[in-house]
Order: sequence, then structure tokens, then C-alpha cells
Amino acid sequence: MNRRTLTALARGAGLLGMAVLGQLVGLVMLVAIALSFLIGLVFVFSPAVRLTRATTRLQRRLAAEWSGVTIDEPYRPAPPPPQRQRDGWYREGRNLYKTPRVPAFNRRLSWLVNDPATWRDFAYLMVSPWSSGLIVGIPLLLAVTGVPQLVDGNLAGLLPLVVALVTAPAVAPWSVHVHGQIAHALLAPTEKARLAQRVSHLARTRIDAVDSQAAELRRIERDLHDGAQARLVAIGMTIGAAEQLIDSDPAAAKALLAKASEASATALRELRQVVRGIHPPVLAERGLGDAVRALALDTPLTSHVTVDLPNRPDAPVESAAYFAVSELLTNAVRHGDATEVWIDISHQGTALRVTVTDDGRGGADPERGTGLRGIERRLAAFDGVLAVNSPVGGPTTAAFELTRALEETIPSLPRWKRTILGLCWGLCWLPLFPQGLVAMVMKLVGSPERSWFLALYLPEPLQWPVIIGMICLGGVMLATGVTLANQAKRAKVDACASS
Amino acid sequence: MRVVIAEDLHLLREGLVALLHAHGFEVVAAVESGPELLTAMLRERPDVAVVDVRLPPTFTDEGLQAALAARREIPGLPVLVLSQHVEQLYARELLADGSGGVGYLLKDRVFNAGQFIDAVRRVADGGTAMDPEVIAKLLASNARSEPVGRLTPREREVLELMAEGRSNAAIGQRLFLSDSAVGKHTANIFTKLELAPSDDDNRRVLAVLTFLNGKQAP
Repeated sequence: MNRRTLTALARGAGLLGMAVLGQLVGLVMLVAIALSFLIGLVFVFSPAVRLTRATTRLQRRLAAEWSGVTIDEPYRPAPPPPQRQRDGWYREGRNLYKTPRVPAFNRRLSWLVNDPATWRDFAYLMVSPWSSGLIVGIPLLLAVTGVPQLVDGNLAGLLPLVVALVTAPAVAPWSVHVHGQIAHALLAPTEKARLAQRVSHLARTRIDAVDSQAAELRRIERDLHDGAQARLVAIGMTIGAAEQLIDSDPAAAKALLAKASEASATALRELRQVVRGIHPPVLAERGLGDAVRALALDTPLTSHVTVDLPNRPDAPVESAAYFAVSELLTNAVRHGDATEVWIDISHQGTALRVTVTDDGRGGADPERGTGLRGIERRLAAFDGVLAVNSPVGGPTTAAFELTRALEETIPSLPRWKRTILGLCWGLCWLPLFPQGLVAMVMKLVGSPERSWFLALYLPEPLQWPVIIGMICLGGVMLATGVTLANQAKRAKVDACASS
Repeated sequence: MRVVIAEDLHLLREGLVALLHAHGFEVVAAVESGPELLTAMLRERPDVAVVDVRLPPTFTDEGLQAALAARREIPGLPVLVLSQHVEQLYARELLADGSGGVGYLLKDRVFNAGQFIDAVRRVADGGTAMDPEVIAKLLASNARSEPVGRLTPREREVLELMAEGRSNAAIGQRLFLSDSAVGKHTANIFTKLELAPSDDDNRRVLAVLTFLNGKQAP
């Protein structure tokens, strides 16, 4: 009995215990349902649901840690708290309330009652002891069946125990896994719930994206209005004045023109700043890798940049990643007192992964820093996630990942394999049919016609071996073709699945 | 002096041709795309090429790539690169082969014809002409490095002008210093940065730029 089996047995026992506990919680929930909907004691419903959810949450965690089955939370997002109206009342439907307590309670109740996940949780708790609980308890229950006989002094009672022990290495890990699968069936979000979650996530990130876009546009408008535009007006006026003066006072006109030329240089400088803020030229010219290198060169930190990208991501993704790195570097310089920074840009499948590590004093908190919040919002529009690890005293590591950022690079078969595939597919019929099977039929029938069947021209003792050989060759070519084609298809499916 | 010009904006190209012509340059080719530029440079082997970074067909860094490719074919071929924006990254790439004869300026510098022509001549003679903005960025990213921190403000000014590629005489003129004073400052700078002194202006500038660039790991 090895370690793995023992772990599986222990986990099985734990899960069985959980199932029994779940059953008790389920009964509490049943009572709560009866109280709420039969005699209207609705206030017991919410705590009961909270208890159920705590239990199923634990079940989900165990499924992930013990059975290796990841189960996402299926719950709908909690309703927003009621908003106080301008007249100081809280409106819920057609009713007005003085305090937010009642409308908040109503919203919460209807959220819990209407969420299918509430009822699926309940169903799971009621059903699990009788399904997955039994399966996971097989070794234990089997061993226990012999106990009454043993108590009677009958040694036959040892038999189930022996069977349980012998089968345990196979049964125990399997049962734990099956338990996870069954839990997944009821505890995982339904397709509908998953879509609903996705939609609400998309709606939120879309609002964020639109908001930040609008803010950007406002900033650009302001920069142009106060900067370059104003300067151009001034230049125009200066040149106009110079025009007036050029005959009467050439020296003054010349001075004015010099001023205009200076102002135009300033305007250009400001325009460059604005352009840099919209879409940095290096990014457009060289892509993310070199743009980040250029960025790193411009910081006062000693920087180490490594880039490993198979191709250029889409422009918006590139831009989001660039500005995120830019913000992280700014943070490192401004708040972290860093002197050295390591930037790593890599890819995994179609995901773009960027890590920025600095040797500053750490203590960055995404909850407080608006900069980090801004990066998160920017990345969220592309389903990106930011993780910051910044213990006080440093070092700070910020990593973000943008899924589906890169085009899928489907690994195609190497050239020689493709050639073989083509040859096999193209030519397998030749040895198989005319030279093999048809020649065999001709031979069997004893037809005098030899046509172009190679084998029939050979001396008699070689004829059968050649025919059989031809059929085998054709068969092997066909099989090779099918295998290689399958290989190519699988590579394609893998590439798609990893995205 | 024979010049090749690459610039995709018609007005600006004509302006450059007229400007260089007026200052006694012979414009042997004025092209508007990267591939044309490369063939023109290899065919004409000009004394200097004035190149815009962003050119058709891709409108990325076509001009820079063509210039670098031409310099790989003809080492030391003088190239003055013009751009709407300056990047340390590009400056490093231009300086990487260490053979001089490169310039990297903002397009705005064309406004000041005298200084621009001066820069073209300097590059044609195998010197360098770096935009003050590049140098400012270089110095900013070196600001925390120890040797640069030890320079006096005056020495920093001299270093800036020297890194732009100016000769001692030009630096003296700019800062209202005598030649011997400039010489003293440059000697101090070289001691503080622990660089081997050199009488040759161009070598000196390259040494300084290499030093400033060397502070950052690639």
C-alpha cells in the first residue's frame, strides 16, 4: 500500500465526512425553505443560503485540491446597494423607504431566490451522500460490512476487508476523482450562468474601456488646445506683425520672425509629446519589444530587457501592454526608489506575459495606488490580469498577462513529413489496387490477360510474394498517410485549445 | 560634396534639395522610399546621405534600416538621420559600429539652416551630430551614475556639447570660453569619466557617447 493510495483513502474518508456534513446543512436549508415559503419567515432564508454556500465553497476547494477538478463559482454578482434619492428616501419598485435596510434585504432575497445556483447547491447537498459519497466511501464501507460477522467471531468477516485493501490502490484514487466529476456536474456554473457572468464582465470592462478612452480624448483635446493650437495662433499673429513692420522697421521684423520660428519649434516639441502619449512612434515603427527597450533606456534605472515574441500582437494590445509597462516603470522610479529593473516579455501559447521586477523598497498596493488601478482597467479591456507582489522592503514584481494577444502559431508538420504525407496519400492506391488486389483477383481467376500487372510478368514462384508485398506496401502507405494527417490535425486542435 | 536625400514629404524634400544646393552641395539623388534609398546609396556612394527615418512602403523605420544596411555594405558611409522624434535606441544602433560619420537630428533642426549645414558637413567629415534632445536623455539616464554626478555644472555643459559632436572651437564659441579653457574642461571630463584622452575630435566624441551608452545593459 503506497503513499498515493493512503492519501487517496484519507481524502476519500474526508470527502465522505464532508458529504455527511453537507447532508446536515442540506436539511437545515430544507427547513429554512419550508419556513420561508410555507409560513413566510423569509428572514431565515438568507443565513441558510450563506451556510449552504460556505459548505459548497469548501466542496469546490476540495474538488480542486484533492480531485484535481477545477470548479468555478456559479453565483450571480450581488445586487448593488440601494441608492439614496435626492429627497432622502430609498425607492424599491413603487415603494419608498426611509432607511436602506428593507430595500437592501428585498434585493438580496430576490437575488438569492432567483439564482439557480442556490437551488443547484441545495440539490448537490441533498444528493451527494447518496451518489459521490457512496462511491468515495467504497473501500471504507466495504471494510465495515464485515464487522458484524467479526463481532460474531466469524473469520469470514475479514474477507471484505481484504478485498477492500487489495482493490484500494485502484479504487481509492479513482473514486476521489469521480467524486470531483460529480461535484462538477452540480456545483459548476451552468452554461447560462457562465455566459451571464461573462456578459456582466464584458459590460463592466466595456464601460471602463470607453471611460478611459473618453478621458484620453479629453486630455489630448486639452493638450492640443492649450499647447500647439495656442502657439500656432501666436505664430500667425507674430508673422502678421512682422509683415506690417518689414518695410518700416526691418530689424524689428527680423526679431519678430526669430520669435515666430522659436515658437514653432516649441509647438513641434509639444506636438511630439502629445503624439507620444497617443501612440509612441517607436511602438508603431518597431513593435512592443523595441518600444519597451526604448522606454527602459529613457528611465534613469539600469534596465535589463528580455523579449521573446513569435510575432507582433495587434496594435491595441501592444499599446495597452506598452502603457502598462510605462506606468510600472514610472512607479518604480517615483515610489519605489529602485535603481535596477528587469523587464521580461514572453509568450505562452497565445498569451502575452510581461513581468517587471525592480529592486525598490516595495509596499505597492493595487487597492490604494490609482496608477495600478488604471493599469488594471486598461488591461481588463483585453481580458488581461495584473498581479503585483510587493512586500515592504522590496523587491516588487508586477506581472500581467493578456490572453489571446498573439496570433495562433499552429505548428505545421516539418517539410519531410509533409512530403511523405503527400506521397502516401497520392500513391497508396497504386500498389494497393491495380498491382495488389486486382492482380490477386486476376491470378485467382487464372486470367490469361497480364495487362500492366507487374507481378504476372514475373516467374511463377515470385508472383504471389510480389502480389502480397504490393498489398502490404499499399496498406502501410495508407496507414502512414492517416497517421500523419491525424498528427497534423491534433497539433491544430492543441493550438486552438491552448488559446 | 555629393549628397543623397531620402524624404517622403514632397515639400520637405524640395526644401532640403534647395537648402543643400544653396550651400554648395551637389544633390545626386533625392528619393522617397526605403528600397530606392538603399540602391541610390550603394550606386552613388555619396559623401553624405540625409535620411528620414519613416519612409514608404511600410512607414516604420524604413530609412534607418536602409541607412544601417548601406553602412554594413560600405563601412563608415556618412549618414545623417532626420526624424520627428528621437530615441536613444536608434542613436545606439547608429553608433553601434563605432566608425563615426553618423548624425541623428530632429527634423526641426532644419529650421536653423546654419547649424543644420554645419551638422551635415561634420557628418560628411566622419564626425557625429547628435540631437541635443538625445544627449539630454542620455545624460538623464546617466544622472544617477557616479562619474557623471562628479562633473561640475560647467563640465556638464561642455560634455553635452561635446556629445552632440561639436569641436573644441565650436564649444568655446557657444559657451564664450577660450580654447584653452575648453581644453582644460575636456581634460577634466576625461579624467573623471576614466576615458583615455585623445586629440582627435571624432574619436573623442565617440568615446564619450560609448561611455554614456554603456551605462545601460542592452
